[in-house]
Amino acid sequence: MSLMASTILRKLQLRPFNLQLRFFSSSPVKSETKQRIEKILIANRGEIACRIMRTAKKLGIQTVAVYSDADRNSLHVKHADEAVRIGPPPARSSYLNASSIIEAASRTGAQAIHPGYGFLSESADFAQLCEDEGFTFIGPPASAIREMGDKSASKRIMGAAGVPLVPGYHGNEQDTDLMKSEADKIGYPILIKPTHGGGGKGMRVVQSPSEFVDSFLGAQREAAASFGVDTILLEKYITKPRHIEVQVFGDKHGNIIHLFERDCSVQRRHQKIIEEAPAVIFASKFLYISYYMSIIVMESQFMQPNVISDFRSHLGQAAVSAAKAVGYHNAGTVEFIVDTLSGNFYFMEMNTRLQVEHPVTEMIVSQDLVEWQIRVANGEPLPMNQSQVPLSGHAFEARIYAENVPKGFLPATGVLHHYRPVPLSSTVRVETGVEQGDTVSMHYDPMIAKLVIWGENRAAALVKLKDCLSKFQVAGLPTNIEFLLKLANHAAFEKGDVETHFIERFKDELFIDPSNSVSVQKAYDDAKHSAALVAACICEKEHAFLRKNPPGGLSIWYSSPPFRVHHLARRTIELEWDCEHYDSGSKMLTLSVIYQPDGSLLIETGNSSVPALEVKVAHLGNHEFKVEVGGISFDISLAIYSKDQTENIHIWHGSHHHHFRQRVALKLSDDDEIKHKSASDTPSHPLGAVLAPMAGLVVKVLVQNRSKVEEGQPILVLEAMKMEHVVKAPTAGYVSGLQVTSGQQVSDSTVLFSVKDG
Amino acid sequence: MLGKLARRAATSSSDLSSVPWRSSLITLSPLLQAKRQLCLGILPDGVDRNSESFPRNSKAMEDLISQLQSHINKVLAGGGAEAVNRNKSRNKLLPRERIDRLLDPGSSFLELSQLAGHEVYEEPLPSGGIVTGIGPVHGRLCMFVANDPTVKGGTYYPITIKKHLRAQEIAAQCKLPCLYLVDSGGAFLPKQAEVFPDKDNFGRIFYNQAIMSSEGIPQIALVLGSCTAGGAYIPAMADESVMVKGNGTIFLAGPPLVKAATGEEVSAEDLGGATVHCKMSGVSDYFAQDEMHALAIGRNIVKNFHLAGNQGMIDGLQRIVHDYEEPLYEVGELRCIAPTDLKQPFDIRSVIARIVDGSVFDEFKKLYGTSLVTGFATIHGQPVGILGNNGILFNESALKGAHFIELCTQRNIPLVFLQNITGFMVGSKSEANGIAKSGAKMVMAVSCAKVPKVTIVIGGSFGAGNYAMCGRAYSPNFMFFWPNARISVMGGAQAAGVLAQVEKSNKKRKGIQWTKEEEEMFKAKVVDAYDSESSAYYSTARLWDDGVIDPADTRKVIGLCISAALNRAPETTKYGVFRM
Repeated sequence: MSLMASTILRKLQLRPFNLQLRFFSSSPVKSETKQRIEKILIANRGEIACRIMRTAKKLGIQTVAVYSDADRNSLHVKHADEAVRIGPPPARSSYLNASSIIEAASRTGAQAIHPGYGFLSESADFAQLCEDEGFTFIGPPASAIREMGDKSASKRIMGAAGVPLVPGYHGNEQDTDLMKSEADKIGYPILIKPTHGGGGKGMRVVQSPSEFVDSFLGAQREAAASFGVDTILLEKYITKPRHIEVQVFGDKHGNIIHLFERDCSVQRRHQKIIEEAPAVIFASKFLYISYYMSIIVMESQFMQPNVISDFRSHLGQAAVSAAKAVGYHNAGTVEFIVDTLSGNFYFMEMNTRLQVEHPVTEMIVSQDLVEWQIRVANGEPLPMNQSQVPLSGHAFEARIYAENVPKGFLPATGVLHHYRPVPLSSTVRVETGVEQGDTVSMHYDPMIAKLVIWGENRAAALVKLKDCLSKFQVAGLPTNIEFLLKLANHAAFEKGDVETHFIERFKDELFIDPSNSVSVQKAYDDAKHSAALVAACICEKEHAFLRKNPPGGLSIWYSSPPFRVHHLARRTIELEWDCEHYDSGSKMLTLSVIYQPDGSLLIETGNSSVPALEVKVAHLGNHEFKVEVGGISFDISLAIYSKDQTENIHIWHGSHHHHFRQRVALKLSDDDEIKHKSASDTPSHPLGAVLAPMAGLVVKVLVQNRSKVEEGQPILVLEAMKMEHVVKAPTAGYVSGLQVTSGQQVSDSTVLFSVKDG
Repeated sequence: MLGKLARRAATSSSDLSSVPWRSSLITLSPLLQAKRQLCLGILPDGVDRNSESFPRNSKAMEDLISQLQSHINKVLAGGGAEAVNRNKSRNKLLPRERIDRLLDPGSSFLELSQLAGHEVYEEPLPSGGIVTGIGPVHGRLCMFVANDPTVKGGTYYPITIKKHLRAQEIAAQCKLPCLYLVDSGGAFLPKQAEVFPDKDNFGRIFYNQAIMSSEGIPQIALVLGSCTAGGAYIPAMADESVMVKGNGTIFLAGPPLVKAATGEEVSAEDLGGATVHCKMSGVSDYFAQDEMHALAIGRNIVKNFHLAGNQGMIDGLQRIVHDYEEPLYEVGELRCIAPTDLKQPFDIRSVIARIVDGSVFDEFKKLYGTSLVTGFATIHGQPVGILGNNGILFNESALKGAHFIELCTQRNIPLVFLQNITGFMVGSKSEANGIAKSGAKMVMAVSCAKVPKVTIVIGGSFGAGNYAMCGRAYSPNFMFFWPNARISVMGGAQAAGVLAQVEKSNKKRKGIQWTKEEEEMFKAKVVDAYDSESSAYYSTARLWDDGVIDPADTRKVIGLCISAALNRAPETTKYGVFRM
């Protein structure tokens, strides 16, 4: 079996070479009028800009970056041959500013504009503007963007083309009462979403008729803010859906093929976090059995290979028909929702751009999709027909975000004090647009990197994914790496039993339940073990430095182990464990380090549940250590940086990662009026105070001071990273201290208001 | 020859593998062996492990060390569990913990007189209620003086004062900045007569602060607890002082006395807390939120000393070779060499071989005055001149000693005295040869030598031998005892003999008959008294030395002492009139 797979792989590796020959032998048909692309302006930022530049460089094409003031020193600017400033940080003044981008393209003499994803990538007007100004828009025709961008219109077209659709309301009439009655007709739960835009922005699920109106109005507001159009559509909400999408590609000669599907079911806040290709098609709860009535398979057993390929080609054909219905060319993705209960799939939408998760497809078909995009834009025909598309192995993509997982995956901002992605190889890709020292700002998407893994099969790829995630080092801001690791380790995920509510369904296992004393104790013990290792490494690091560079030439005073008269030298290290499992958010760990006569360190955690560790530490340089505990030696990485007057220490060892804080006493204020907030203190905010859950913009204040509110009543709406967040009353009572106004910027943990009795 | 030595060391070590402190076999690299060929002064092993005295001496020393360790364990526990817990509940650390946090991470600390006050008073007074010692802060060696609030509330007993003053004496001698970690209730009032009025009593502490400050030796006080009455002058006299909010208080009179005197009712914090003294009175300079903050500020103050009191570094005196070699022989074997019966002789060279770098000792006047061994060596890379006893001092030995000291003072080489001396030779021949004159020459040389001096009493320290070998009265920078060491004006038996003769002639004059039994009882009493009063514990409890050390730590302790003593500019030695 594995022999066969490797043979296939070998064949695949040879193929691109042949394809390229074909590429060059074919002559452009339609675009004689336009010059061949020699310079591309990338109207985007971050990892996708870097990704496009990489392919462009490979093809010998020069690149032009555009940047806002916030991105002056960012990686995509450094990687480009030329860079042009296009405006201040807010996206609407820079990366959404079509005219400055066009101007940058003319000033630099670019022939083509690649929009990336997000920003202007799905703006039909921008695509049209590019073409009108004489630039090649590397993407689909404006007409296709327009037709697919309007979700109601696209569904009409798809219905006419015979592509299955989810029951719903797609009318232009947007009267609240009408919408309500339409919703009642479809039946709850109902999904509300804006007709324009994507990425889950503005989408809401309504469970019961009473919640409908509020959610509808919120969605309208968010749609207007994000996309400028506030038309909303309604759909039946599928309770146990999978999100499977098909990569399609068309050239300007009318050829359209598909490059198989991706499963993007694992989502949070309606945004994907782990994608894979190809989709696992298996028989949990008789999936697709209604489709293939004759086949009965046992639960948790994989489908017969012929069934898989049948389903795959059926789905692919539906996607190709969808693309053909709008005269598509270039890269596109047709999204389907698969009802795991009934086994039906429905057309959801078509994304008329290169997707974030395109690398998983690239990995299984061994093609460079950005290269295809550029060649197609040059007027070349597709390099292969449907039957020639190879399919090999399995690929995963994990999206690493700066976000606060326990706070409901709220976007986080901050400085990447330590950033060390895993080493790259032919099967491990890291798509990133940042480097150590960069800031993840509130202006743009908080994605730090995409980790893309390829394996011979799903199980092999998953092993590699887990390994890479545990070695992916990011420190300085909260990330979802730990959470991704938990996802990847979950038994159901391992089986491929995914659906879009996966995280919700398994939340008890994916998040540590503070009331589960067993798991909390385990997490605590793990943290103490890591803390002991941190203590040992810090001691050795500091001591090794002084031993090598004895201040004042006093080498004898810094020899190892430190001398004491008739006792062993001790050192106490206090680490505050940044944990999500306690209400206080952190726990103080006190470690006693006892210098042993043989140079090893005995670390006592002051607790019987974790025995004292005898650790031999060798400092390998920088933040790398080799330690030996109980006869087993292993590597440790530390990241140490100062932030908020504390020393932050991260440790990675094995598959563990912990974050500790160490107080730097000297940085305390010497003003006696300011109370030092010790670990045991609770925040000194007034009772009932509500804090801003993240930094953001106040977009709407719904009540006034002294008004009576019910528990859970929305008080104000914050917007950050284009996500709306409704701040609700924690208890019933009267609002007081509400001083923020609409349009005001607030920082994380600002007191917004408080709710008091009477 | 050298190869044989190394082999012998290697084989002998396997015989001793059961001894716990034996860490590794000694092996010589070819390069090192080649280097050794060039050294003239490599000492032989000098220990006969097959002798019948070897296991006896080892066992005896083992017993002494375990006894010592049990005394030490008691004093390390401070003033008892209850007091320690009370201290902890006030968010205060113990004095040694405070010092650990002030020291550079992973650095050594030379603690002094751990057993001060041992069995001196009716109640135990662990470490004399005060912890003192030397260690580096930001690369600057400092003298730490830390009250132990768990021992009698940190009050000053007579021995507490003596220990405090001794620390200041060392600091003044070595020009070490002083860090006072103040947490004391002041003088111990029931013993006011022994702590207040005399020259070397409480007041001397502040006098010393003033004098050292005038000499540019930084005086820093960290007020981590109460600091009442006389104690208030420690921070007030300091160059810079830090106070901890809540715990630190400074006042001449506490709230009860204030109420009695003026009727004013005021809390301790409002009367003399950190806020008052940092904001209003100016008695203190730095406001600390808590103890950890105070200790961090303390470290920072030292960082900003720049060159204050730092002559040693200015003059580049610490010219130390960093890649020195460990002794060729196992340092831990020092525990097996000294006999507990002081009458048994042993070759001091076997001790020196386990103290000096590479066991290289270039002996001076090896064939002359052989009862005193003199020579040059390095310890942890620091050059030293060593004087060690190999028996009683004769004319020649004393002259040789004086000569050698003159050599070392001229070259500014620190002196190490390894004392094991019963005294100068007595008898008509000696007297006629002018032993008193020769002895006086050596005493003159020892007294006037201005180089750092470290004395280790490894056996007996009796009579004038103590003087010539730099006893306490000759102000060695540091003086330590091995646990087996004995110190008295003469041996117990000799003293009993002398006193019995005097008593006998007294009684004879009065016509009283003294029976043989009575005489024996009289003698036994004298021997008993001498026995207890000459022990290392009796000495160290009264601060006749700076501590009792494990023989295995001797090399390390001498190294640290010399390093500390070199923290000052060299002084020119001027001798008085030598009687010729």
